[in-house]
Amino acid sequence: MSTTHYLVLSAILFSLGVLGVLVRRNALIVFMCVEMMLNASNLAFVAFAQQNGNLYGQTIAFFVMVVAAAEVVVGLAIIVTIYRTRRSASVDEPSLLKY
Amino acid sequence: MNLTQTFASVVASSQIDANNIEPTVNNPAVATGAFSYMWLLLALPLLGAALLLIGGKRTDKWGPYFAIAMSCGAFVVGAIMYLKMLGLPANDRPVNLHIWDWVIVGRFQAPLGMQLDQLSIVFVLLITFVGSLIHIYSLGYMKHDPEKRKFFAYLNLFVAAMLLLVTADSYLLLYVGWEGVGLASYLLIGFWMYKPTAATAAKKAFVVNRVGDVGLSIAIMLMFVTFGSVTFPGVLNNAAEGNPTTMTWIGLMLLLAACGKSAQFPLQSWLLDAMEGPTPVSALIHAATMVTAGVYLIVRSGPIFDATPTARTVVMIVGAITLMFGAIIGCAKDDIKKALAGSTMSQIGYMILAAGLGPVGYVFAIFHLVTHGFFKANMFLGAGSVMHGMNDQLDMRRFGALRKVMVITFITFSCGWLAIMGVPPFAGFYSKDKIIEAAFGVNWIVGAVALLGAGITAFYMTRLWTMTFTGKSRWTEDNKHPHESSSVMWIPMAILAFLSVVAGFMLAGAIETWLAPVTGFEETELAVSSLVMEAASLALVIIGATIAYLQYRRDVPLVAPQHVSPLTVAARHDLYGDAFNEEVFMRPGQWLTRSLVFFDNRGIDGLVNGIAAALGGLSGRMRRIQTGFARSYALSMLGGAVLVIAALILVRT
Repeated sequence: MSTTHYLVLSAILFSLGVLGVLVRRNALIVFMCVEMMLNASNLAFVAFAQQNGNLYGQTIAFFVMVVAAAEVVVGLAIIVTIYRTRRSASVDEPSLLKY
Repeated sequence: MNLTQTFASVVASSQIDANNIEPTVNNPAVATGAFSYMWLLLALPLLGAALLLIGGKRTDKWGPYFAIAMSCGAFVVGAIMYLKMLGLPANDRPVNLHIWDWVIVGRFQAPLGMQLDQLSIVFVLLITFVGSLIHIYSLGYMKHDPEKRKFFAYLNLFVAAMLLLVTADSYLLLYVGWEGVGLASYLLIGFWMYKPTAATAAKKAFVVNRVGDVGLSIAIMLMFVTFGSVTFPGVLNNAAEGNPTTMTWIGLMLLLAACGKSAQFPLQSWLLDAMEGPTPVSALIHAATMVTAGVYLIVRSGPIFDATPTARTVVMIVGAITLMFGAIIGCAKDDIKKALAGSTMSQIGYMILAAGLGPVGYVFAIFHLVTHGFFKANMFLGAGSVMHGMNDQLDMRRFGALRKVMVITFITFSCGWLAIMGVPPFAGFYSKDKIIEAAFGVNWIVGAVALLGAGITAFYMTRLWTMTFTGKSRWTEDNKHPHESSSVMWIPMAILAFLSVVAGFMLAGAIETWLAPVTGFEETELAVSSLVMEAASLALVIIGATIAYLQYRRDVPLVAPQHVSPLTVAARHDLYGDAFNEEVFMRPGQWLTRSLVFFDNRGIDGLVNGIAAALGGLSGRMRRIQTGFARSYALSMLGGAVLVIAALILVRT
């Protein structure tokens, strides 16, 4: 399988993630879509690392995973808090920070 | 340097005969002996003013007497200086007392000092003598005024400032005195400032004078630029070598200053309104002394005008115009003080005219100034006495037949009346006829104006005199018992009346010799003998006086007739001087300020406020983008990212 296939898959996953973030209201789904975008980029990194024959891309992928893990912790904590106060996990409802 | 010039001028003037005396170079000696106390001239009245103003109500009791003492003290000092000067040879008479270095900045040197010479001592004596008499008179006139102390303080301030004006040794110091008398005049015209007319008149006098003062300051600047000095010796000794155009401008600016201070055309409008002040003020400041400061300035600056025939001609013309102007106004006024003010304007016109004639006229300008100081102060005090007896009535149509009830005032006033008309042997005869002769010697048109002016003078003064003192009484109902004023008022009047009689022949001839070393003097050469001139002017005076007497002897209507000639209407409105100023200066000025205010409000403020409003509105619109929806932010982030990537790709290819 050539790098192109990986990249096409990565692009599809990333686009799905973007689409999900933009159209879904449920904070958890949005969150999952963000994760999907991160992992799409991870896939691209790894594919490039494979092609170039070095470990830079793989290292970056690990970093992304670590950051994603940390992000998941913070993000889920926020989502849970919002759910507790508003009885809803919709991302549209807490639109207090506006004009 | 000055010594060389002295020799040069002596050599150049070898053709002078006994009648034509060139001015000696302005080079005063250092004051020694009694002269070193000349600062007392300024210090005494200044002390009086300071003590009375700072001391406040505590000095109410003795303040006026102290002020009189200070003024008389200044007169005594002046008299001592005069006697000392009398004992010196003519060329040693000018002395200079250096007091201290005032401004010493690089090339600009303004030492503060006093210069006393034959010209300034004449002024010192006139100011302190008439000033002291008027101080004494005021004791009676202002007897019941609650602010009497303040009045005397201002009078002393005026005397100090006026003495500074005439004894300054540089134009810069003269300017200080010039402003000082302006201030004193303002304070005293507006002394009864609770009267809106008095407050307005004071402001008007101050503002009109400011126009003249600008002229003086420009003249001083030009002098410094041209000669590098503002002292009298520094400027006047070098005036002959100055660039003619510059000298003309300096001359014209000095004339502007003189016009402001001396109420000459076209800055004459303030003097008539200045009569709102108490009558002693009108007598001292607006008749005898301050208004003649312009004449002093021009005579003092003689060498400048010698260097510029153009400016000198303008001076002469201004004098001639004002002479007629004042006389015509004087003919139509029913207010006794305003009629006298018109007369003052006209008489100062004579002086300025004489000063514009050059060395043939300088001496007579000062001569007439002195005699006018006596007889006009006398008549103003007489008018004050009449007002005092008549319950502050000013309208001559409500006077009449005062001859019998105010005998002393009648006699003293008559002396002034005969003196101003120029009836021999009264004072005005000697001084005014000399001016008319000198004017004929220079230009027959100007001479004719001066001669005609003498006839009109006789007319309006006789009108005033007749309406006030003779005929039937036309007194108002509430004022049936006019009375003579107290002795403290009539004694100064009597002294001035005496001088109105004798000052002419006492000074005639002597004053030429006395002043010639400072001002220069040339005998006028006329085609006809001076006897013919005197006869002509006397004939005109008699004609004018007779017409006035016959017209106003009886049947003066109580209200001024309305159907009169256009000239009378114009004269009643001060020949539209105010209307002219209003149309030409005030209204355009108002339009200018209004349009500036409009431009400021709508233009400048509009721009600033408009930008602020536009930014505010724009940010109000921009705020709407912040919806608070996380997903819309995500969309814009995506859009941004896509844009950045697209740009990167585009750049790369």
